[in-house]
Amino acid sequence: MIGIFKSMYITFATMLRKPVTIEYPAKHRDVPQRDRAFPILLWDKDVDEPFCTGCHACERACPVECMTVTMKDNPLHADGKSDRRKIVDEFWIDYGRCMRCNICVEVCNFEAIAMNNTWAGHELSTFDRNDLVLDLQQLLAQHKQGKIDEWVAE
Amino acid sequence: MVQERGPDTVDINVNMGPQHPSTHGVFRMVLTIDGERVIDVEPHIGYMHRGAEKLSENMDYRAAIGYQDRTDYLAQFLTEQAYCMAVEKLLELEVPERSEYIRVILCELNRVTSHLMFLGAFGIDLGYFGTSFTYGFRERERLQDIFEEVTGERMMYGYFRPGGLAWDVPDNFVQMIRDVLPHTRQGLKDLDMLMTQNEIVAARTKGIGAMNLEDSINWGLSGPMLRAAGSDWDLRKDKPYSIYDRFDYDIPVGSHGDVFDRYLVRLEEAYQSLRIVEQALDQLPDGPIMPEKMPRRLRGPDAEVYAAVEGPRGEYGIYIVSKGGDKAYRLKIRAPSFCNLAALRDMTVGNYVADAVAILGSIDIVLCDVDR
Repeated sequence: MIGIFKSMYITFATMLRKPVTIEYPAKHRDVPQRDRAFPILLWDKDVDEPFCTGCHACERACPVECMTVTMKDNPLHADGKSDRRKIVDEFWIDYGRCMRCNICVEVCNFEAIAMNNTWAGHELSTFDRNDLVLDLQQLLAQHKQGKIDEWVAE
Repeated sequence: MVQERGPDTVDINVNMGPQHPSTHGVFRMVLTIDGERVIDVEPHIGYMHRGAEKLSENMDYRAAIGYQDRTDYLAQFLTEQAYCMAVEKLLELEVPERSEYIRVILCELNRVTSHLMFLGAFGIDLGYFGTSFTYGFRERERLQDIFEEVTGERMMYGYFRPGGLAWDVPDNFVQMIRDVLPHTRQGLKDLDMLMTQNEIVAARTKGIGAMNLEDSINWGLSGPMLRAAGSDWDLRKDKPYSIYDRFDYDIPVGSHGDVFDRYLVRLEEAYQSLRIVEQALDQLPDGPIMPEKMPRRLRGPDAEVYAAVEGPRGEYGIYIVSKGGDKAYRLKIRAPSFCNLAALRDMTVGNYVADAVAILGSIDIVLCDVDR
């Protein structure tokens, strides 16, 4: 009998504790700075172009082949405004395939890609899975608008 | 008129799973029952098969780390540890001190989260409904937050690398864990008080699914399943890997090999893991996290290696055959859940149907680990 009373005691003691949960869709807890949602591209505000040169390093290293990159000659380089001779032309990432392993961020030589560390990177439910394939403008949008304080490991 | 024999009875087949809450995933067993007694069990596995071994053979040594997480998804750090140890053995890499300590701390905390999950789910199997599960999850969540703070992910960490770690831990790492440890201890004590002395739990678990030491060894059981039967076999003590020989901790051993002993062994193991974490936090040195002469691209020689860690479910081993190049020619995972599950029939036959659930729960299977 003692064992059962002990169990009851713990159960009632827990009833008096403060709740540890929060009501999720209404409230969001803070995500840590290193939070890894999905990869996004970063925008070079000084030159007004993406950091990405379309070098295919991330595409080759990706374990699940979720990226497609193409490269073009940089028009701003011809005008003398930019140091980058080549620049990214098109960039697609299929968020439905991505396994969030952070390897693309590690291999990038230009620090042009980072993991989204905001709640916007997590709440991505769509009705059509094709909406999860993001193009260059969508990938750049968040950092362009200054919504991301990115964290990249040294 | 006196009936000379009882009414004719027929054995019936009862299908349990694959979608059944107490099979811990998609596992199907076909029970042949005579009344309430189980007279035969036919387990069906393979519903979760993704070919993790084959997938790992198709990508280089770094990219394959992500697939190891997805086998034993309750002890991800330990799977990564086993894989990285195998690759380090193959490439003869020396892991820096600091990385070894951080790995041990994270692995042991991961063992605690896995055992908290077991204690919670085990309560459900015995009919506690949600009580023990929420207790286990409450404390597990605090540890999970630490993992998220360090790695950025909640489940598939991908944090260890052959040679060391992907990046250094945050500055408040030690303090963060020290703050959480009392909560974890308290949580384990809560579960202890909720279940260990409870007469109903005792009636449901004591003497159920007992397996003696000889049979356990013959079936190739490992981990808490084997230790509950009376052996003190633990890879951390018997074949010390990493830096486990520097810590002072005990290996809990059961005597009956029944469901109750397995529960007790796991509970005590969680306490011992916390002891290791405390010692490792005291000794945590400064320094680099990756070896100095790290090749840019990992290329293995012609060789075969095997490395194993003591996971929360048993011996988790990785066998790599390399024929040169940056990929494994063959990668084999020795999954503890699969080997432990093999003994299910021997333990279940002769017990009641309700006990079959408790016995399956006490094996603590992870179906992704069984099917890979």
